[in-house]
Amino acid sequence: MTTLTDPPKGAFRPSMLLYDSRYRSLTLQAIAAIVLACCFLYLYSNLAANLRAAGLNISYDFLGNPAGYDINQTLIDYTSQSTNWRAAVVGILNTLLVAFLACITATVFGVLAGVLRLSPNWLVRKLMAFYVEIFRNIPVLIWIIIIFTIMTAVLPSPSAFRGENASSSMLFDAVAMTNRGVYVPGPYFTRGFGAEGNGALNWLLVIAVLVGSLIATRMVTASADAKQAATGVRPKTLWLNLGIWFVPIIVVLFALGLTWDYPALKGFNFQGGLKIGGPLIALWFALSIYTGAFIAENVRAGIQAVSKGQTEAAAALGLRPRRIMGLVVLPQALRVIIPPLISQYLNITKNSSLAIAVGYADITATLGGITLNQTGRAIECVLLLMLFYLIISLLISAFMNVYNNAMKLKER
Amino acid sequence: MSDTHAESIRFVRETTLPQAEPPVAERGVYKWGRENLFATPGNALLTLVALYVIYVVLSAILPWLLNGVWNASSLSECREILAGETGGCFAVLVDRWQQLLFGFKYPSDEYWRPALAFVLFFVAAAPVLFFDLPRKMLAFTAVFPFLAYWLIWGGPVLVPVVALVGVVVGYLAYARLVTQSFAGGFFGGIAAAAVTWIIGGYIVDWVSGPSSLLRAVPSRDLGGYMLNFMLGVTCVSLSVPFGIALALGRQSSMPLIKWVSVVFIEFIRGVPLITLLFVASVMLAYFFPPDSNVDLFLRVVIMITMFSSAYIAEVIRGGLAALPKGQYEAADSLGLDYAQAMRLIILPQALKISIPGIVNIAVGLFKDTTLVSVISMFDLVGMIRGPILASTDWNGVYWELLGFAALLFFVVCYGISQYSQWLERRLATDHR
Repeated sequence: MTTLTDPPKGAFRPSMLLYDSRYRSLTLQAIAAIVLACCFLYLYSNLAANLRAAGLNISYDFLGNPAGYDINQTLIDYTSQSTNWRAAVVGILNTLLVAFLACITATVFGVLAGVLRLSPNWLVRKLMAFYVEIFRNIPVLIWIIIIFTIMTAVLPSPSAFRGENASSSMLFDAVAMTNRGVYVPGPYFTRGFGAEGNGALNWLLVIAVLVGSLIATRMVTASADAKQAATGVRPKTLWLNLGIWFVPIIVVLFALGLTWDYPALKGFNFQGGLKIGGPLIALWFALSIYTGAFIAENVRAGIQAVSKGQTEAAAALGLRPRRIMGLVVLPQALRVIIPPLISQYLNITKNSSLAIAVGYADITATLGGITLNQTGRAIECVLLLMLFYLIISLLISAFMNVYNNAMKLKER
Repeated sequence: MSDTHAESIRFVRETTLPQAEPPVAERGVYKWGRENLFATPGNALLTLVALYVIYVVLSAILPWLLNGVWNASSLSECREILAGETGGCFAVLVDRWQQLLFGFKYPSDEYWRPALAFVLFFVAAAPVLFFDLPRKMLAFTAVFPFLAYWLIWGGPVLVPVVALVGVVVGYLAYARLVTQSFAGGFFGGIAAAAVTWIIGGYIVDWVSGPSSLLRAVPSRDLGGYMLNFMLGVTCVSLSVPFGIALALGRQSSMPLIKWVSVVFIEFIRGVPLITLLFVASVMLAYFFPPDSNVDLFLRVVIMITMFSSAYIAEVIRGGLAALPKGQYEAADSLGLDYAQAMRLIILPQALKISIPGIVNIAVGLFKDTTLVSVISMFDLVGMIRGPILASTDWNGVYWELLGFAALLFFVVCYGISQYSQWLERRLATDHR
């Protein structure tokens, strides 16, 4: 008769806390919790003692006080009388601006270089390998400083554009590259909404029209797909799509009265147009070419990850080269390329904090730089700074997880 | 029978033709050029564009490089010598190389000390990097950190000796106790080392005489490329053990340990290094005991080590995840406990997979050490932007200095990545 399979239910003994695998992990975690709590208490008591000795306290009131410093490049209204909080928001917007611009150009550089590294042309291949190695192995801070030096020390000053036979001239009479920044024509509306016809509403309208066009072309493509699936003949959609893209936006821009404001030399400097500051360009361009080198490697790895058999199989099915690229190679390569690409975008956002080295007013330079130094609120400023970057990172990682789940190879 | 078919075949060659050379267009440089440079019209256009780019770059750089001035005492003197021609003013490197390499405050008659430490570093790193070398060299690797500390910082020799004795005692205690249990050996070793250090601390205070063999140099006098190199080497070597611990913690089945590791890793990876350096420069001092005086170098080392250990932990986690589950199960079925399974089965394989990733992190970290110039430490970039460009003699010499800095970083980083590729081939034990 076999009845007994359970372990004997003996009384609980203290030694079981360490030797019985049912309780051991609880014991270990309890010890870890106590050690951790002790560490935090110790750090907190040090902090409290130090703050008391320095006569400080933790308070975020300084955010409401006037900042008292000027920022040369702002996306929203800002004066030196604005609050520290407003300065921080200006910094956040500037960070997002440079990160957004650099992500776009870095992708362009990276994809170009990555594809060209696989080119059958020996010279181009070697040139791109050289580009990738040079930029990956030299710190981005040095690149930022080099390009900033080009912007400030090599480009001519505005006075070089003056006079009958000036030593410098504007590109196409529209773009002036000076050591005080690059001046490009700025768009404005003569018949728009808002104050002087230039409210943010106009741009929202333009964006809405573009999004509408995007959705409409998607629908056209979907209906073409359905028709092809039903009849086997794909209707021509090229002209329709071009019309959907261009006609509404042209009509809207015309109705709003879009005009361009050209920069012109007045007094000692250029007036009018859009001024893109040297620090912004240095940071933007340096981050783009530096990260572009990394993206090039990701792109190359992604394309090489698609085995040659896939291309050959598609060709054997009778697909034309463009369809092979679009239907077979790219979807598989993108699955490999996109996750590291997104983490490179994250790196761009984090590396944009190097703006402080060239004086671009991003969040690190406003909140973590001038505000910190003027108010002496080191702990509060650094914590807020970290919080901002953490939120951005977590948002991007969350997006990446959603994307990965959507693109995951659906297996049986 | 007549020889009819003798007439039907007029000619039969009885010897083979000597092999002819392939046509000119099908051999040598022509064939190579046609296939690799001018295969299609588009390709030929690309070649021409590439040639033009190379021409533009070289025509800008070569005259500057070849026509450079190496002997001058200031930028204006350089310009006088050049007399309007294109040319670099490399005299700044000749004039200020000590500052670029060692910083501007390190006593100049003691430069041999960091230089010797730098040379010895290669002796110490060799057995770690190339495992064909005799294993006995690892003994020197173990001694090297203390020797290098003494060489660079100087001061009483007893301090690094006590530190070394503490480590030796800790190791002996570990070796003695680890036969019973790993945890016992680990914590026993740490306890033994700590006891030795505390006792040694009293001895150092008691003995400390006025005379020391090497003059003491405070941390704030370190600078230049030396500072980048020291930060890079110290933080990478410290962060590997922490990274392993964090990676194992993240894999742990204990929720508390797991969540602590996850929060730490994700927090550090979510913020830029520069904010952590701000923490080191303005905030960390608040968390130390009020009367302590931890210098900036140590605070920066703490923050960069935390930073890189989070990244290394993610790389090692990838290595752990890449191992087949059978390896874990095999270790369990052999009756190994957690520490044994990790030490003997899992980690050796997982670390091998992670090596390329760890080397990438190391290269990235070494490049990131230039960020300390933002919190006003005078590393290579800080030296260039601070004292040298601000001096009246060399105000305006940008390209020579920045190019030199770029070259130094390129040599080291490219060297490390080449080593990593060699190692990857070397460690590829799977038969393909």
